Amino acid sequence: MSRTSYREALREALREALQRDPHVFLMGEDVGKYGGTYAVSKGLLEEFGPERIRDTPLSELAFVGVGIGAALGGMRPIIEVMTVNFSLLALDQIVNTAAALRHMSGGQFSVPLVIRMTTGAGRQLAAQHSHSLEGWYAHIPGIKVLAPATLEDARGMLWPALLDPDPVILFEHGQLYNQEGELANDMVVDIHSARVRREGHDVSLIAYGGLLGKTLEAAERLTADGIDAEVIDLRVLRPLDDATLVASVGKTHRVVIVDEGWTSGSLAAEVMARLVEQAFYELDAPPARVCCAEVPIPYAKHLEDAALPQVTTIVAAARAVCGK
Amino acid sequence: MSEQNAPGSAMALPPGPIPTTPVPFESSLALGLLTDMLRIRRLEEKSAELYGAGKIRGFLHLYIGEEAVAAGVMRALKPEDAVVATYREHGHALLRGVTMRSIMAEMFGKQEGCSRGRGGSMHLFDAKTRFFGGNAIVAGGLPLSVGLALADRLQGIRRVTACFFGEGAVAEGAFHESMNLAALWQLPVLFCCENNLYAMGTALRCSESQTDLRAKAAGYCVPAQAVDGMDVVAVHQATLAAVEVVRTGQQPYFLEFQTYRFRAHSMFDPELYRDKAEVDRWKEHGPIHTYTARLKAQGMLTEEQFQALDAQIGDEVDKAVEYAENGSWEPVANLLRDVHTPAGGSTA
Repeated sequence: MSRTSYREALREALREALQRDPHVFLMGEDVGKYGGTYAVSKGLLEEFGPERIRDTPLSELAFVGVGIGAALGGMRPIIEVMTVNFSLLALDQIVNTAAALRHMSGGQFSVPLVIRMTTGAGRQLAAQHSHSLEGWYAHIPGIKVLAPATLEDARGMLWPALLDPDPVILFEHGQLYNQEGELANDMVVDIHSARVRREGHDVSLIAYGGLLGKTLEAAERLTADGIDAEVIDLRVLRPLDDATLVASVGKTHRVVIVDEGWTSGSLAAEVMARLVEQAFYELDAPPARVCCAEVPIPYAKHLEDAALPQVTTIVAAARAVCGK
Repeated sequence: MSEQNAPGSAMALPPGPIPTTPVPFESSLALGLLTDMLRIRRLEEKSAELYGAGKIRGFLHLYIGEEAVAAGVMRALKPEDAVVATYREHGHALLRGVTMRSIMAEMFGKQEGCSRGRGGSMHLFDAKTRFFGGNAIVAGGLPLSVGLALADRLQGIRRVTACFFGEGAVAEGAFHESMNLAALWQLPVLFCCENNLYAMGTALRCSESQTDLRAKAAGYCVPAQAVDGMDVVAVHQATLAAVEVVRTGQQPYFLEFQTYRFRAHSMFDPELYRDKAEVDRWKEHGPIHTYTARLKAQGMLTEEQFQALDAQIGDEVDKAVEYAENGSWEPVANLLRDVHTPAGGSTA
């Protein structure tokens, strides 16, 4: 075990990938000299040089497309997009090309591309740097969507993502970078399953990414109400691991889904739909959701807090479905 | 482009006089270029007919009139090079080496098609010949071509990536961002702009403040040249020279081929945006008949030889249609196949 941070774990994963495979390179805005917008790639330029730690102009559409082309040409690119909001400038290349190419070409061209981007609110960055649009990406066939919420996943998800022959998007919540803890030195993680982060019997709290921490905290507080909550970390937003979700609800019979995306058309809606389809008769109460208020994220702290799922709102929703 | 397409001009005219000078190529190349153009023409004429018969559906964008560009460029490339094309790419695929029958089968939607019937006319792909589509988002192929060239650079492979796109693409951000990256990183991309003057129905002079496309390349410090795209000789010579610069210099190059689409944009286009007189004027510069006349004038081709060649190509077209007709529909059970790479599946 060693002490590390989410940021350092991501950096160590990048370093390992760059060391293991000469086809791996990192490309994006300010990944090199600046050290990464969130300092994830700090020091890698000095270690691996400008060919492999490649600074780009502010051209999201092109450098994501260049990543696709480089993947087609035999490389294993890791593309860093500064935030999910900016990734909308590259949405065409991601959705119309990366996700579609293998099927559209009759199975001839796979796109082994990894895209990393920051998501989420909570830092008073207002409406153009705070949104959680990973649910949109989870809508698209042909790509896999990951949301590392723990040090273990921050450290471990990148390598299997690079081994995947198809496009994989990793969403790093902006509030997680400074999270610290102990990490085993020889851990291995998968990129296909959801994980039970806290066992419980009374209600299933399903969360992912930046809200896993708040949800675990909510579960602790619920013990005071005599509610023993189970917390599931989705980890993989596409394809969803239905079996783990259904198994949990089969045990607890009550569910609250926590999602930083807006309620309408959210990933939470998809999870809820699947549970209703697959575990309807297991449910003892209507499923509930705690999502972002349907508003562009405001700047002022009290308004931003009010827009986002909080420990108190998760606790309240869990109490309600438990009838307490 | 030249002044005839400046804002305010009534009619877009061909770039120069009808070429009549002798073809400066040895016989096999000279006749090969004719064969190439004629194969595209006959394939597409048959495609239009089959569209009318309901055998081909979806969008069908014909290249008729522009054949000299694909013919002249493809013969300047090597097998190890890469080609990225647009949705008007039947000719490029064919001359790159994709078989006529697999192109026809693709347009029929049969699993014998080069994209197993998943792509259709707009998405022809072929890994064997390094033909990367068949990209139907305007300018969407440009970043791919820069990426392919970057992959070559990073792997120490000296190849050329040729990227075709229409003049409509220069209005897209992807064009500008890609030109900048290719120039900034000095990557071996040959940008082949097929300027047929109309982005669907919008004339270049109605959509661009700067109609000289070379100026846009120059803005990114990419060397640029305009070429009479109706003249296969000019196209081939210019491309040979440009490819040499790209390959040996490992840098981008921009060629603007001034050409014209004789047919409608797609099969749904009533052509309200241009005069018949303008189309007729360009047809006088038709790449196949003007080139044929030159070959005949210098004694490299007889009418009998032309007829024999045309008959041979007609036979190839007939066989392609027969192959497509006899092809099979992919079982619906395979619908989800290749959304993801199967376990153990390889990247082409």
